[in-house]
Amino acid sequence: MTEATLRVESLQTHFFTKAGIVKAVDDVSFSVARGKILGLVGESGSGKTVTGFSIMGLVDPPGRIVGGRILFNGQDIVGLSEDRIREIRGNRIAMIFQDPMMTLNPVLKVETQMVEAIRAHADIDRLTARNRARDALGQVGIPSPEERLDAYPHQFSGGMRQRVAIAIALLNKPDLIVADEPTTALDVTIQGQILYEIQKLARETKTALIWITHDLSVVASLADEICVMYAGRIVERGSVDEVLDRPAHPYTAGLIGSVPSRNAKGTPLVQIPGVMPSLLNLPSGCAFRQRCARADDACAAAAPEPVGARRQVRCIHPLTEVA
Amino acid sequence: MTVFIIRRLMQSAFVLLIMSLLVFFGVYAIGDPVEIFIAADADQIERERAMQALGLDQPIWAQYGFFLLNAMRGDLGRSFVFNIPSIELILQRLPATLELAACAVTLSVLVGIPLGMYAGYRPQSRIAKAIMATSIAGFSLPTFWVGLMLILVFAVQLGWLPSTGRGQLGEFLGIHSSLFTLDGLAHLLLPAFNLALFNISLVIRLTRAGMRENMPMDYVKFARAKGLTQRRVVFVHVLKNIMIPVVTVIGLEIGQVIAFAVVTETIFAWPGMGKLIIDSINRLDRPVIVAYLLITVVMFIVINLVVDILYSILDPRVRLADAGH
Ligand SMILES: Nc1ncnc2c1ncn2[C@@H]1O[C@H](COP(=O)(O)OP(=O)(O)OP(=O)(O)O)[C@@H](O)[C@H]1O
Ligand code: SF4
Ligand SMILES: [Mg+2]
Repeated sequence: MTEATLRVESLQTHFFTKAGIVKAVDDVSFSVARGKILGLVGESGSGKTVTGFSIMGLVDPPGRIVGGRILFNGQDIVGLSEDRIREIRGNRIAMIFQDPMMTLNPVLKVETQMVEAIRAHADIDRLTARNRARDALGQVGIPSPEERLDAYPHQFSGGMRQRVAIAIALLNKPDLIVADEPTTALDVTIQGQILYEIQKLARETKTALIWITHDLSVVASLADEICVMYAGRIVERGSVDEVLDRPAHPYTAGLIGSVPSRNAKGTPLVQIPGVMPSLLNLPSGCAFRQRCARADDACAAAAPEPVGARRQVRCIHPLTEVA
Repeated sequence: MTVFIIRRLMQSAFVLLIMSLLVFFGVYAIGDPVEIFIAADADQIERERAMQALGLDQPIWAQYGFFLLNAMRGDLGRSFVFNIPSIELILQRLPATLELAACAVTLSVLVGIPLGMYAGYRPQSRIAKAIMATSIAGFSLPTFWVGLMLILVFAVQLGWLPSTGRGQLGEFLGIHSSLFTLDGLAHLLLPAFNLALFNISLVIRLTRAGMRENMPMDYVKFARAKGLTQRRVVFVHVLKNIMIPVVTVIGLEIGQVIAFAVVTETIFAWPGMGKLIIDSINRLDRPVIVAYLLITVVMFIVINLVVDILYSILDPRVRLADAGH
């Protein structure tokens, strides 16, 4: 097997707050290969964005990566000096953020924001950089890119702004893109278009893609592999078909049950009862046990360890055996 | 933009008219200048002659109409005391005040913005806390007291800097100013700092607040995610956003500084407008008071206009044609 573009091993990112330690990411492992798409799914607050920021080296105090390795093209990038990580950031690994209305600087022209991203990594004159920026805008489907370069972010709609952000991510032809729910804030038709285009671009350019979302149906049509995240941990991992057709973790099964399109007509949607516990003081044992129909005393005794190799589940009583 | 400026100028003319009315009647109400000029034992005939000479025998409405007619031609009346056109008197003193105000504002920008940025960037550091504590002092200590202390320490005790007057003036491009000689600069330093202190504190607090508000924003993280240096993120991305409120407030403070110059000019015997107006009020020299107030209003109007235009340049989301209502 070829070396994965990104291999995350037992990553732990904790926030040391006044109220206590928030284990936002706790023992997370996964990998993405060239040209593959990994879907990272989980409800709000499960640690998806923090996972993305950890990969980018953008975790700010009081947060800190306290354990694990992030191997990018075989090199561990945890604890690299700020200068070294900056060479990778936006160059070899790019990130698209959740809210397109907030990610672009309101007082700088689109051109400025694109050209600086190119010139931060290559000694290129302004004009060449501008032309590259224009081509990138065209590539993500922005009409009359030449004129749009001179516009300010507020002159774009939300969907167009997200396209600009995607164009910026693509500028330096990165090996890996972390897309943090980039379509959640957009309306459904635009969401579909952007999904389709980004998938196409990733496949064409052989870029590895991590697609973060809370919407299982989005990754179903997009990803090769799925990681389901719950309370800072990956509770189930496997290929899209395996996970969606034969979920092993009760939480995954619950998520699937709550997606409208995957249900036969007439069957009522089942919401998972309860809410995710606070990451500040997780209960002992399985973090999901208060919401789990299969929970018993064994689940309360100790947190379940991941079982399986490529296909993995963290549950003492899985719905299907994965080993 | 042109539409905006034309509309603004029309509004300004109206504001000026109202102001002239208020000022004229206000000043009329304070007292009768004749009492001050004329010897206590002067007889009725002498009195009337003086009043006639100054136009004070007319009813107030006629005086106002007369004043307005002259004002249209740029004549704001003659000083009762110096017997020269009051506008000329003020314009003679204006450069000194503007010079002081400009230095004070420049100081508040040059000192306030870097300190405020640092205090907002490393809010927990000891230096940041020291900066903030000092800025509270700058806010709350009265200008005249600080001025006296400055004189006491730097002029009297240490003898480093002069404490009165403008010093030697230099000439550059036909402008006479203390800025062009070393002696002049030495004279300028204390009063300019005295006048700037409040604004330095204000700019520090504004900049710090802007820094703390902007640093956690997504656009900053995204800029960092592009691999930009921290220096570029702070000094281009964040600073440009912070400058919007800071420039607005500094612009509006210029007017404030000119008004506050009265106190500083008095303490440092700075021969500016502030000192003139205090003297004129004491002598009830009506034309000078009226002219001073109207010129101040004009300056405020111009400053506001410039601030609005600057604001629209700094913030691309603002369009001037839509402002104004
Ligand atoms: N600066 C911080 N200080 C303290 N806790 C934090 C901080 N940033 C994130 N967290 C905690 O980390 C946990 C994971 O947050 P994260 O933003 O990764 O969730 P998410 O899965 O991306 O959720 P969403 O779908 O809402 O974006 C949250 O419980 C949050 O409270
Ligand atoms: S370990 Fe127990 S509580 Fe946790 S998901 Fe599995 S069955 Fe449910
Ligand atoms: Mg998130």
